[in-house]
Amino acid sequence: MQINGAQMVIEALIAEGVETVFGYPGGAIMNVYDEIYKQKTFKHILARHEQAAIHAAEGYSKASGKVGVAIITSGPGFTNAVTGLADAYMDSIPLVVISGQVPMSLIGTDAFQEIDAVGISRSCTKHNYLVTNAADLPRILKEAFYIASSGRPGPVHVDIPKDVTAQIAEFDYSIELDLETYKPHTKGNPRQIKKVMEAIANARRPLFYLGGGIINSNASYEVRELVKKTGIPAVETFMARGVLSHDDELLISMLGMHGSYAANMAMSETDLVIALGARFDDRVTGKLSEFAKNAGVVHVDIDPASISKLVNADYPIVGDIKNVVCEMLEQSTVIKAEKYEPWRKTIRSFDELHPLAYHDDTGNIKPQWVIQRVGQLLGDSANISTDVGQHQMWSAQFYPFSRPRQFISSGGLGTMGFGFPAAIGVKAASPEKISINFTGDGSILMNCQELMTAVEQKLPVINIILNNNYLGMVRQWQTLFYDKRYSETDLSVQPDFVKLAEAFGGIGYRVKTKEEFDAALKDAIEKNIVAFIDVAVERLEDVMPMVPSGGSLYNMMLLEKKEKK
Amino acid sequence: MQDENARRVISVIVVNEASVLSRITDLFSGRGYNITSLTVAPIPNSKYSRLTIVTSGSVRVIEQITKQLHKLIPVLKVYEHADLVEKEMALVKFPVTENITDINTLCAAYNGRIVNVGENVIIVMVADEPKRVENFLNLIQRYNPKEIVRSGAVALER
Repeated sequence: MQINGAQMVIEALIAEGVETVFGYPGGAIMNVYDEIYKQKTFKHILARHEQAAIHAAEGYSKASGKVGVAIITSGPGFTNAVTGLADAYMDSIPLVVISGQVPMSLIGTDAFQEIDAVGISRSCTKHNYLVTNAADLPRILKEAFYIASSGRPGPVHVDIPKDVTAQIAEFDYSIELDLETYKPHTKGNPRQIKKVMEAIANARRPLFYLGGGIINSNASYEVRELVKKTGIPAVETFMARGVLSHDDELLISMLGMHGSYAANMAMSETDLVIALGARFDDRVTGKLSEFAKNAGVVHVDIDPASISKLVNADYPIVGDIKNVVCEMLEQSTVIKAEKYEPWRKTIRSFDELHPLAYHDDTGNIKPQWVIQRVGQLLGDSANISTDVGQHQMWSAQFYPFSRPRQFISSGGLGTMGFGFPAAIGVKAASPEKISINFTGDGSILMNCQELMTAVEQKLPVINIILNNNYLGMVRQWQTLFYDKRYSETDLSVQPDFVKLAEAFGGIGYRVKTKEEFDAALKDAIEKNIVAFIDVAVERLEDVMPMVPSGGSLYNMMLLEKKEKK
Repeated sequence: MQDENARRVISVIVVNEASVLSRITDLFSGRGYNITSLTVAPIPNSKYSRLTIVTSGSVRVIEQITKQLHKLIPVLKVYEHADLVEKEMALVKFPVTENITDINTLCAAYNGRIVNVGENVIIVMVADEPKRVENFLNLIQRYNPKEIVRSGAVALER
């Protein structure tokens, strides 16, 4: 059929089964917005800032497993969205982001709201397109969805000049894609898998190192089975929280800079690391030369460039985690779980020596308590988003995650301001779950305008602000490594968060005791509108344990032991 | 052990489309890799172009470069050459007052000749292995070259 470029965008989104789109209109994208107005198939959620629109699409994608879609305008609309694109790129989140561009005839003339969008997004997207002819749109949009969601997922940016959205051309979405240069390798080499299984059977202290790729591959339940069948202990990266259930006996905990003592010691003592969809990030490995020093390395990843990038893999397997893990399951009879009992015992003794804990011994609420408490009260019935900083690490340490896609956070880029809009996207994707955003008094101000979106769309996100009047994580580093010179991290001057929430039509609570917290959470859930729960927490609490930047995993700063009175 | 910063030649076959060259060069600059030289031209009768990139780095760095290049969507193939035929061209401008016979003889020794004679300057070309072109350029210093341009290497696997 002959339709214009803007209509093609709508038709393509419908053909892709898109149900929710996030965005913000503006001059160059108006033709597309005009068509959005005319259609009733998908819902458009108006964010109040383009960055937030992208984060909401990320949250939506992470919670649902679908491609997140956002639509924005040219110039500042696009540049506002760049942080979101970079965030999605670092965490391998499939997005299609469509931006308006000035008309073709004005490109290169420094026109109003013109910026070289594809030039900017090139380094923070999996791929991008500048559409110069409406006839190319069906193919480009189809490719964009395919590229975003296949292989190692990531954001794809499509920049469409305004005149192209008005151009009329043939639209046929049934075209077969012919991407000769893009063919992700999804099936692991069976002979290599066999060798890996033999290596595992021969190892005495093997360790699963589970990464976020497992969640992207929807392989968590297969991994759970593999861990159970083999009896091999597992550590999770920050991005993999929820792959194993918190009550799985073989799950040690998170590893890395703020990982547990047992997880980091297990990684230091193992003789065979089995990395599944993990990328040996510096926050995980600490000092590379000391990381899993005496171990062989199995590395399964769909992205060949991730393998042997930082740590040399003795057994590289390029493939989709799900395929490879299913194959490993079939061959798992060669592995005898009893063999690893001494190793499991060693790990249990690590955990008994320095369990993940905190001292709940002052009059003030401890931030870790809040997270544990929400875990006790809501557990599986909540999806947990976070912003970035101390609260984020405590959430990863102390929340009892029981399923994949329950924990949504900005891992690679570490984007403050991610949590609230992401939690809005999460709520839009799974309305049956309570959407909690653990945040800090620093992070929440970076996208608090999204109160308006949440109120308008009736997406009752509960923001729990662990308020220590500090930019807490930076303050912690200043305490530990900068002689307590608290340069620009004292956030004592604050808005009234209760009034702030109320000003937008949400609800606010100020909480100083545990009882008040329970009551506020209960009330916020009952009222079912967007909420800020401003919790005054212990000001100088540190995230512990900690591997100082560049240090070795086995050399941790530990929680001070206090004698029981 | 190979030299940590050994010279390497990589050929990349890419779809000949807008901004593909920026994708390649952005990858090098963004990840902190060096480009010593880069040549690019369309492959006849196809939708592809061929790039020849001369770079340097350890085995691990080159492996990463190769993999990262492969990851770019419009990249069809990446060859890291071990056994190759490599050529480079250079054009050099001399004042006519220099000893043209000497220059001409030198050029001949490096697969070259005089390609243009003007009122005040002559232009010569040589085409040879990059190392030999380097030698040539050292040798002609005494004839006061006014301008030198090198094409960058092109290479084919034997």
